[in-house]
Amino acid sequence: MKKFGFVISQGRQLNFDEMHNEKVEKLLELVPSYRLCIGCGGCTAACSAAGFTDYNIRKIHTSFFRAQYEGLDEQLKRCMLCGKCLLVCPRGVNTRSLIINMRRVLANVQPNTFVRKGAEE
Amino acid sequence: MKWPFVVFAILYWLGVVGLMVKWVFFEPLFSVFVLPFMLGVILLLFFSIVKYWRWINSFDKLQRAIIRKNIWSWRFLPAIWEAFREGLLHWRITKKNLLLGYMHRSLAFGWFLLIVVGAVQSRLAIPDGHPMWVAIFFNYFEQDVDISAFKHAVLFANVMDALLIYVLSGLFLAMFKKVWSRPMGMKRTTRHTLMDRVAKMALWCIFPFRLLSEGVTSSLYGNGGFMIKPLGDLIYTIGLSNQAFEYTCWTLYSVALGTFFCLMPFSRYMHIFTEIFLIYFRQLGVHDSDKKTGYTMFELSACSRCGICIDGCPMNKELGIVNMQGVYMLQSIRNLELQKNAEPIAENCLMCDRCVADCPVNLDLSVIRRQVRINNKKDIDSKGGYGYLRDVQPFNSIGRVAYFGGCMSHLTPGITKSMETIFNAVGQKYWYMDRDETICCGRPLLQQGFENQAFELRRKNTELIVNSKATMLVTSCPICYQSFKKEYKLSIPVVHHTEYINMLIESGRLKLRKDDRKVTYHDPCELGRGCGIYDEPRDILKATTTLLKTKNEREHSLCCGFNLGNPLLDIEQQTEIRNASRENLLAPEPDLIATACPMCKKAFMRADNVPVKDIAEIVAENIIKS
Repeated sequence: MKKFGFVISQGRQLNFDEMHNEKVEKLLELVPSYRLCIGCGGCTAACSAAGFTDYNIRKIHTSFFRAQYEGLDEQLKRCMLCGKCLLVCPRGVNTRSLIINMRRVLANVQPNTFVRKGAEE
Repeated sequence: MKWPFVVFAILYWLGVVGLMVKWVFFEPLFSVFVLPFMLGVILLLFFSIVKYWRWINSFDKLQRAIIRKNIWSWRFLPAIWEAFREGLLHWRITKKNLLLGYMHRSLAFGWFLLIVVGAVQSRLAIPDGHPMWVAIFFNYFEQDVDISAFKHAVLFANVMDALLIYVLSGLFLAMFKKVWSRPMGMKRTTRHTLMDRVAKMALWCIFPFRLLSEGVTSSLYGNGGFMIKPLGDLIYTIGLSNQAFEYTCWTLYSVALGTFFCLMPFSRYMHIFTEIFLIYFRQLGVHDSDKKTGYTMFELSACSRCGICIDGCPMNKELGIVNMQGVYMLQSIRNLELQKNAEPIAENCLMCDRCVADCPVNLDLSVIRRQVRINNKKDIDSKGGYGYLRDVQPFNSIGRVAYFGGCMSHLTPGITKSMETIFNAVGQKYWYMDRDETICCGRPLLQQGFENQAFELRRKNTELIVNSKATMLVTSCPICYQSFKKEYKLSIPVVHHTEYINMLIESGRLKLRKDDRKVTYHDPCELGRGCGIYDEPRDILKATTTLLKTKNEREHSLCCGFNLGNPLLDIEQQTEIRNASRENLLAPEPDLIATACPMCKKAFMRADNVPVKDIAEIVAENIIKS
């Protein structure tokens, strides 16, 4: 179990110009429900991996949106894709797809373009 | 529209030239028109042997070991029976729809008999032996030899005519199906590639041309049986009975056969031979691995592209998505389109196994799909992400049952509480493995193609279970159940809680009362189609409540839509699939929907005014305390 306690966060600066970069755009294109998140943290509360470690999907989500990518990939590897976050999300964010595609975008693997709704006949 | 006449004229003059060649270089039992047919046969043999040889050589180590171990066993007997039943009689298709079964059977079995009886006929008629094409074009070559000694000539001619009628009736149905497939039990049929269409046209031409050629020959020489003779008379009356036209017709028949045979190894008709091989390997015990192997290639070719997988698929039925079903996925793998279309086709699937249950060739479509997904994810499937699990310790549980609730059960605490109540009621000591901290079983990762990561979780869970020395593993989640049962190599029995409760009831350890609630049961995909557990949940429900029948049950059950197989669906689409499944369950007006999966429970709970309960909860409510 994680030990809680007071810690002093490092000071940091956000560069707003960096926030809407192509990584975020790519992710929004792959997982449109990404933008529905209200940051309630339900996913993190339900998370299986968070029971063992300080893996925090809400924090990762926020960091990604703020273009702070350091260490995110290492964090995302801890996810077990069990899907609990998906069922608790009050906004219907496709969290599993989000995690898989964040890893893709961070690793710079080009996901294949895909058809979403309906289909060609 | 001049060109049909031009083509006809060319063929006609070819016929005249062929006849002249025959007169000049007279050779009994040979004619130039057999060449297209022979070329087709030779190419078919060559390409089939090359392909099969390459595929057999690319089996992996395990598959080779299984073949080597079982090849000298009696397993070939059931294989022969199954090949006969499925390859010729098409039993599984007949069970789906009588007319559809008749169509396939008449084409396959009818043609097979036509070849066999034709071979016997020509062998008996010409006892000195003859080249192989004589059997195929027997009515033509009949004139070249003296067959007066052949006693059963009339009988064989009649039998051959009857068989030709049988095949033609199937062909007529096939053409009818092209226009209107509903009566054959198929709403949608497959969009075929160009190669498949050309091959199909060649196949469709074969038998009408045969009928015509035999008719023309009969108009000249009066041979043939009860159908060909009147046809010959008719042709004679019309005035088409001349040798050049006869030659043209036989040439067309030979060209149709030759074209079909040439295209066969590269079209859907490769399934005719491949299915026989596949059935044999399957009976030997070979199964798919996580990588594409030669066995996968056999499966890819054994797919007849009938499209039966399309109708049952919830993605088609509820969302109208018809580009990712089994038949199209296999098509894209075969055509090496994977790089282009991997995402929509391989990922956009619920992995509910409905197509696997429907497939007349019994292809393991979900495993093949998983192979593609593993291939898609190989760049991001990393090792070493789960170091944080190092400190999780097993609990010494000698003589105890290990209970694994699963991740999802943590969101439905009713299920785990009920299981604890049941364990306590029968005095069974247990170890609740994941009471506080859940390690996922790894199946959700594997289904998405994260093979290495899933392996790490499996290794950790195996270590925990083995070191705990528990005697049995009970799980509440069908996903975990399938994983522990099939992917883990555990030495202790693995049971789902419905099986476990059923065992308790049967052994008399658990006494239940029956209440007056009416219940419909939802078969979870992973438990039903995945593991074949259909009866245990129903037995329990019959013992505790009144179980109502629904329209789509057992292997035809409808997915709840919230399944973890599909990462692309958004919540509205999932809800649509769920609603269809729910309508089916609510049709008999139950008081309660019962299921055996926390995920399905959660899915139905989201919508319903009708309460949804897991079987464990119903049982826990109805325990008679002694």
